[in-house]
Formats: sequence, structure tokens, C-alpha cells
Amino acid sequence: MIASLPRPAWLRTATVLYVAAFLIFLFMPLVIVGSFAFNDANYPAPPWRGFTLDWFTGSAATGRVGLFHDPDLLGSIWTSVTVAVWVTILSVTVGTANSFLMERYRFPGKQVLSVLMLTPLVIPGVILGISILSFSSRVAELADDLFGLDLEFLRPGLPLVVLGQFSYIATITTLMISARLKRFDITLEEAALNLGATHFAVLRTITLPYLRPALIGSAAISFLMSFENFNTTLMLVGSDAPLTVMMYGRMREGASPVLNAVSLFLMLASAGLALTLLRGGSRAESAAAAK
Amino acid sequence: MPEISDPVSGRVWQRRLVLTLLLAPALLWLFALIVLPHVQLALLSLRERVAPHVYEPSLSQFGTFFVEPLYWQVFVRTALMSIVATALTLLVAFPIAWVITKVARGRASALLFVVCLIPFWVSETVRALGWLILLRESGVLPGLLVTLGLTAVPVELLYHDATILTGLVYTSLLFMVVPLVSSLESLDNSLIEAAYDLGASGFATLRNIVIPHAAPGITAGCIVVFMLTLGNYLTPNLLGGKNSQWFTELIYTQFIVRFNWEQGAAFGFLLLGLSTGIVAIGLRLSGQRFVDVMRRS
Repeated sequence: MIASLPRPAWLRTATVLYVAAFLIFLFMPLVIVGSFAFNDANYPAPPWRGFTLDWFTGSAATGRVGLFHDPDLLGSIWTSVTVAVWVTILSVTVGTANSFLMERYRFPGKQVLSVLMLTPLVIPGVILGISILSFSSRVAELADDLFGLDLEFLRPGLPLVVLGQFSYIATITTLMISARLKRFDITLEEAALNLGATHFAVLRTITLPYLRPALIGSAAISFLMSFENFNTTLMLVGSDAPLTVMMYGRMREGASPVLNAVSLFLMLASAGLALTLLRGGSRAESAAAAK
Repeated sequence: MPEISDPVSGRVWQRRLVLTLLLAPALLWLFALIVLPHVQLALLSLRERVAPHVYEPSLSQFGTFFVEPLYWQVFVRTALMSIVATALTLLVAFPIAWVITKVARGRASALLFVVCLIPFWVSETVRALGWLILLRESGVLPGLLVTLGLTAVPVELLYHDATILTGLVYTSLLFMVVPLVSSLESLDNSLIEAAYDLGASGFATLRNIVIPHAAPGITAGCIVVFMLTLGNYLTPNLLGGKNSQWFTELIYTQFIVRFNWEQGAAFGFLLLGLSTGIVAIGLRLSGQRFVDVMRRS
């Protein structure tokens, strides 16, 4: 029962035990992944054989290729970063435009459009992937048949990965930025305009600075969601695999502690991002992040 | 002087221009990446290849689904497992949401909430790797069971249905905890106190006060978790191995491995239909609107 009511001792104990068990359940996989990155063995499994940094710094010369000497893994991290940067730029830009559109304008079909904007969240990622894959290859086919054009970017590859991830991340940035724009006091803009400011000056000096937290928050979330996306990416990926797809491939081949090393790196990176955001962010933002 | 009387809207033509400029990216996004691709997918699923580059409209892809037992069995299995995973997630998450909102206070509550969110900032791939290392035959838990004398030899804990369910519940927890917390937060404590003072048992309070109040949050959480579970690929595939039999794997196989896009498209629509259908039933049962639910989660 709630804190203000008397609770029997067994209930208190049960609550504490449940929370403890829950936290163990939550963190055990992560702790295990992180700690086996330092195990001095060729396979991420017990027993513990001592501490080593081989899985980070090792090279072909030492017999164990660590993360820093694994060009494939490093390359896939870079691929993921590139994709994530593009997705972030696109999603935040379109999300901002959408927020102004939905909060400031009336036009026929607005209701339909607002429902349509939410649909990407209910479509499974795999299906987003295959639909974009089939549509883009249809367009490429048409361009080839009609104009003799060979549109390389419409074949499975990073441009399609970017579009696929953008297709649903844009919904999230739209929701986040709209939520803040909705609370904006429009009289501030009116006052500035009455005092003779141009529309552009108002946007630059009043509205955008007000939206800044939402813009930064949604950019961070877009980056993270893009970096971690797997389902949509898997369907659209070409020869350059982003990190999640590369890790998945390696995990199926067999485990190597170098994957633990990459994972630890990922955990630290997202923990850093999360802490920065949580300090100024809201619950909704952090919740959206994991999608 | 219309410009001064309504300075925000500006001149009519100016407003029209801005509206057009703002509509363009939205329409481009929704039509080029969502609507038209699904139309194309629908067309694909409704045709049949009769000869190289010759196609005929046909329902045979959907026919194959019903004729081939493997396909519809996997479909039904995925649906049932997703429902079970959703229910389990609700059972695991509810007490935690309760502790966060009603038992813990102030900083402890905020801290617990943040701690619950942390694992979900980490990629699903990493979390799946953690479970692999924990559960595989040479892994941590089987070793622990032998050390404790519970089993004579290490047992393989991977590749069972229970493993897949564990992984799915783990992956989905956040999406249940967050809507539950926000709906329980708005429940006035004095209602629970009143129920207690009037002699209601804990169970009666839960059934008559808490659950009706939290229903929107419960619905939102269940819908999101169900959709994510149904569309999951990574967790069932890695934790279930060959035994996972998840419907998204069939789609992947048809599309990417066998290059049978017509069949894959049909499977895609079946999955989309299942997802939408169950979500619609959930909304109907709880009497809520889709837009509200999505906003809440």
C-alpha cells in the first residue's frame, strides 16, 4: 500500500526484495557484458581468468585483435555515426517544420495529416524497411526503363538506411518539438512584430531560442535511436554495415570478447548522453529514447 | 490596416507561401516514405510471377500462407507469444511503477525511475549479448547452477520459449513502466486512504480504485509493448536460435534470403493486419482513442 498507510512488515520486506530482484534482472546482462570485456580468455564465458585490456588494445601481433585494431568494427562505428548524423539533421529539420505547421496553421485535411504523422510508430520496423525497399527499387526500375537512369542511391545501402530510420524518427521529433511549441506564449512574437521586427528576426531571436531545449533533446534522441536501430536497418542495408548489424552478424558467427569491448564503449557513450539529457530533460524524452 | 491589427499572420499571400513551404516536407516524408511504399507493398503482395518479368494479379501469396501449415503456425505462435510477453511485462512492471509513484518518496522515487530507464539507453544488441553470455550452456547462470549443486552438468538455458519470453519482457519493460508511472502519478493518494479507512482490502482497492484509474496507462503500455514485441526480430532470433519461429524472421527470409518479394510483402501485410487488429481490439475494450494513446506513450 502507499507510504502514508501502515504496511505490515512482510509487505515492506517483500517490496524491498522485489525492487532488489528487479534491479538485478535489469542490470545483470549489462554488468556481465561489461565485465567480460576484461576477461583474459578467448571466449566471453566463465571462469574469470584475470584482467586484461587485450580486447581493447590488442592487435594481430599479440594474437588477439582488440577493438582499437579491428578496422571492420571501427568502420561500422563510423558508418553508424554518419547515418545517425544524417538522420538527426533530417528528423530535427522536418520535425521543426511539422511542429510549426501543426501548431500555427489551419488547412483542409489537417486532422488526417496529424493521424498520418503518428502511423510510423505503429508500423513494425521490419515492415517499414521492406516497404521502403520495394518502393525504392520500383522507382529505380522506372527511372531505368523510362529515362535510362541508374539511380544507385535507391539500391540497398546507406542512403536507404537513412531514409528508413528517418521515416519513423521524424514522428518522434515532431511530437517532442510540437509539445514545446504548444506551450509558447504567442504574445511574445506579437510584441516583437508590433515593435517592428521582421518575421525572420522574430524566429531567430525569440521562437528558436525558446525551442532550443526541445531541439537539442530531439537531436540527441534521434541520434541515439538511429545509432541503435536494427529492424529497419537490417532490411535496407547494403555492403556497409552499421554497428548493430555488424554486431548481430558477429554474434551469430560466435562470440568474441571484442564484442563486449564495443558494447562497453556503447554503454559508456549512451550513459553519457543520457545523463546530460536527464539533467535538463523530461521523462517523455528519455522514454522516447529507447524506442 | 490589416497588417497591424493581425501582425502574426502577416499578409495572406505570405502566409500561403509559408504554409506551402511547411507542408512540402511533411507531405514528402509521409507520401514518399510511408504511404506510397505501403501501396507498392500491397501491389506486390497481390500479384504472382507467372514467368520472368510477367506478373498477374493474384491472391496466391495469401493462399500459400493458409495452405502451408508452417507459415500460419508461426503466425499464431508469434501472436500468442506476444500476448503472453505483454501480460508478463505488465505483471513485472506494475509493482515497480507502484513503488515509484506511491511507496518511494522524493529523491528515492526519482532515482528509482531514472535507474529503471538506464538499461534502455543501451542498444538491444548489447542487451541480447548480455543474455547470451548469461544463459548459454558455457555461460554464467548454468555454471552457477552447477556450483550451487542444483544441476549436475551445465544446462542449456538458451533456445527455449521461456528464454525468448524473458528477453522480450526485458526489452519491453520501459514501455510499460513509463505509461504506468504517469497514470499512477495522477491517482490521488487520499482515494486509497479513504478506501483503507472504510475497511477495503488491498485487493478490493486495487480492483475498484487503482486499476480503473490506471486503465489508460495500462492500455497504452500494453499496446506499445505488444506492437514492439510482435515486430521484434533481434531478441527472438538471437535468444531462440532455430527454435524461435518468429514471424518477422519469415518476412526476412522471403525478402532478403529467397528474394521472393511477393510472398514477403504478403507476410508483411499479415503482420501489419495482426498488429492493427489486436491494437484495435485493445482500444475497443478499453474505450480509448488511438491518438490519445500514442500521445500518452
